[in-house]
Amino acid sequence: MRSLYSVADLEDWDHRIFEKVQEFGLDCYPQQFEIYDHNQMLSSMAYSGVPSHYPHWSYGKTYEKQKTLYDYGASGLPYEMVINSNPALAYLMRDNSLLLQILTIAHVYGHNDFFKNNFTFRTTRAEYSIDTFKAHGDRVRSYVEDPSIGLGKVEKLLDAAHAVSLQCRRNLAIRKRSPEEERNVLIEASLPPSDPFQSIHSRKASNQPNLNKIPPVPDEDLLLFIRDNNPHLSGWEKDLITIVHEEAQYFIPQIETKIMNEGWATFWHKRILDSLDLPQDLQWEFIVRHNQVVRPFNGGLNPYNIGLAIWQEICNTPSPEPVPGKDGASGRLFEVRESDRDNSFLRRHLTEKLIRDLNLFEYETRGDQTIVQNVADETGWRNVKETLLKNAGMNSFPVIKVEDADFGHNHTLYVVHYHDGRDLQLEYAEKTLAYLNQLWGGEVVLETALDGKRYLLIYNDGGFSTKALQ
Amino acid sequence: MADTIFRPYKASDAEHSDRSAGDRMRHREKVRQSIRENIADIIAEESIIGRDHDKIIKVPIRGIKEYRFVYGDNARGVGQGEGDLKPGDVIENNSGQGRGNGQAGDQPGVDYYETDITIEELINIMFEDLELPDLERKRLREIETERHSRRKGYRPVGIRLRLDKRRTVKEKLRRRFASAKTSGENDGRFPFHQDDLVYRHVTTDVKKESNAVVLCLMDTSGSMDTMKKYLARSFFFLLCQFVSSKYRSVEVIFIAHHTQASEVNEEEFFSKGESGGTLISSAYEKALEIIAARYHPSLWNVYAFHCSDGDNFDADNDTAFNRAQELCKVCNLFGYGEIKPSGHYAYESSMMTIFRKLMEPNFLTIRIERKEDVWPSFRTFLSKDRAPDDRTGS
Repeated sequence: MRSLYSVADLEDWDHRIFEKVQEFGLDCYPQQFEIYDHNQMLSSMAYSGVPSHYPHWSYGKTYEKQKTLYDYGASGLPYEMVINSNPALAYLMRDNSLLLQILTIAHVYGHNDFFKNNFTFRTTRAEYSIDTFKAHGDRVRSYVEDPSIGLGKVEKLLDAAHAVSLQCRRNLAIRKRSPEEERNVLIEASLPPSDPFQSIHSRKASNQPNLNKIPPVPDEDLLLFIRDNNPHLSGWEKDLITIVHEEAQYFIPQIETKIMNEGWATFWHKRILDSLDLPQDLQWEFIVRHNQVVRPFNGGLNPYNIGLAIWQEICNTPSPEPVPGKDGASGRLFEVRESDRDNSFLRRHLTEKLIRDLNLFEYETRGDQTIVQNVADETGWRNVKETLLKNAGMNSFPVIKVEDADFGHNHTLYVVHYHDGRDLQLEYAEKTLAYLNQLWGGEVVLETALDGKRYLLIYNDGGFSTKALQ
Repeated sequence: MADTIFRPYKASDAEHSDRSAGDRMRHREKVRQSIRENIADIIAEESIIGRDHDKIIKVPIRGIKEYRFVYGDNARGVGQGEGDLKPGDVIENNSGQGRGNGQAGDQPGVDYYETDITIEELINIMFEDLELPDLERKRLREIETERHSRRKGYRPVGIRLRLDKRRTVKEKLRRRFASAKTSGENDGRFPFHQDDLVYRHVTTDVKKESNAVVLCLMDTSGSMDTMKKYLARSFFFLLCQFVSSKYRSVEVIFIAHHTQASEVNEEEFFSKGESGGTLISSAYEKALEIIAARYHPSLWNVYAFHCSDGDNFDADNDTAFNRAQELCKVCNLFGYGEIKPSGHYAYESSMMTIFRKLMEPNFLTIRIERKEDVWPSFRTFLSKDRAPDDRTGS
């Protein structure tokens, strides 16, 4: 099959596609394609496509899992994988048909445009991403090879750091204040409002903020907080924590825009291929492949399906106000692509009609059963939408913040789960607390709620315990 | 003009790019270690006892999950249906295709998985885990079972029967050509000489075998209920597996006893239920008898284990003690396991107090209360195995 076309053919098609990309106004980083066989693809997938990623057994686990699924035919391989970098790097599967390569190339340009323009990706510093991953990999390997550290210690620390890597700030577009700035803000906030008649009024009591507290305001970056406030960590440990944190930060925009991003790429590959005047045999295959990509998963959520439906809806809805420089509908498309994330995208553009058309429903799991709670009818669609928003992007992870680094003057790390009606899974909470305890090097207390009651989950030298709060 | 670059597929890159190999190996090590750590639980599962070696069992893997803070059961999700669902419908729980949004693997349900393992493999891991250095270094008693001859090169001396005619003629021709060159004579008779003769050399291989016999003694009196028998059976299973991993041929003898002992087959051994009292000494006498008749200790490694609930006739205790002492002399290892599911102590007599006075180094008493005790007690039992050379009186 692979002899039916050559790299030169791909380059030809790429020229035609790229002309369309420019015509439609997509704005991309330079693009590079590498052609991989299925083994390379599997390997690459295990490391989220990142070249020279640092080693950890969990990637071996991912590989085995994906390979098993692939070998038994339970899942295919993705047609493509794109890395958010400048130039953007994408892998094409060697054994795919010509049409799939054309579709994939068009799809990749969609992702590429999205990476370059969506605001959540601004912080990922695409020019440096490949080099950063390489540097991270080299550093981790050097610690593994260092006889005074070695694989065992590195692995133990990475296990712990991975466990809390996503407990970090979600909106990276907002600058994080330094502790000093936070203190100043606290002081300003506590000052009484200026009073022109202060000479005749009795002075308002200003309640002095506790400026000695660490952190001054609750801190969501668990790893960074521990790195900066646990004096017992050695240099390589701090470095590993930083590496894990930076990697999580790099992937957060992708988690935050999964539906938008896949929908966007699908929307454009459809448009581009429709405008290419494909020969009939390719056109037929395109219809089949495209529908395989966007078909809904019964019982699950296909981000391609949902994303595409919303983008098409936006495209078909007349724009309330024209965007300067762009024609109406596509101008609005580009605006949304730049300024939304899944959460706001779904909130603003997933209409009642779409929820009904997509047959979305809300479910709850009880024991082994999955029970439908709400469907997209007149009363239920709001609940369906709310639940979908709660699971969009980083919202599917609990918010946990450091409240106090010296709880009870005992060097106890006090963290609070910001409960939104969803309880933590207790076994996972216990094990993750053990990792926090290891990183912190002392007692860790997590305040959370279970079945409507407040609890403290405590992990210290004596192991795990719980305490009900009054 | 696009700056797009295509890098074609290079087979050489593909061959050198198995970069996940190290991480995969580390992951497998962790799986194996997880099995090892949970072995007591796995052994306690009823399903593996008495199964075939190539039977595949599923072992839940713990300890290699990637824990995070995740939401529990009361977190709701959203899925896509076909438009025919109503609130309250129960849908099947195996949607399979990445429910949630691409973060599968962080969800508890998805991360839990099982691995397939054969009982054979499991047993290997189990015995790796025993870490009994004494046992490894021990010389097993071996007996000559087989002699057979093997060719090993050629020699100028030997018996007529092994004369290699072809090579002998070659030697003669060689000598003849050599002599023709020096003396110039090349006619007349040229007889064989002693130096020409080539014999095949044959050595004798002696194959040694280590034999072991496991004597399983069990109390089948009325007081042994199904649970107690099950615990006993688990123990015997482990013992047989262990012994067969160390010796080339293993025989297993089952002796069931109440007031009388008899040799039975496996099925009867575990299914037999008899009422009546218990005379432990009867079983020991039977065992001694069988050892004397068929498994002389100079040729066999004898392992004996007796499971009972300790409910013996008082009058028999002294005899039982003496017989146990005799058994210790002929066995590599003799153990007594008292099976008392918890809560049975108060009103039942125990042989433990009697056997406490038996000071033989290769004798051990074990108390098994629950399924979970089987593996730890088995470990302690084996750590007592003594070298065959230590024995006195055999």
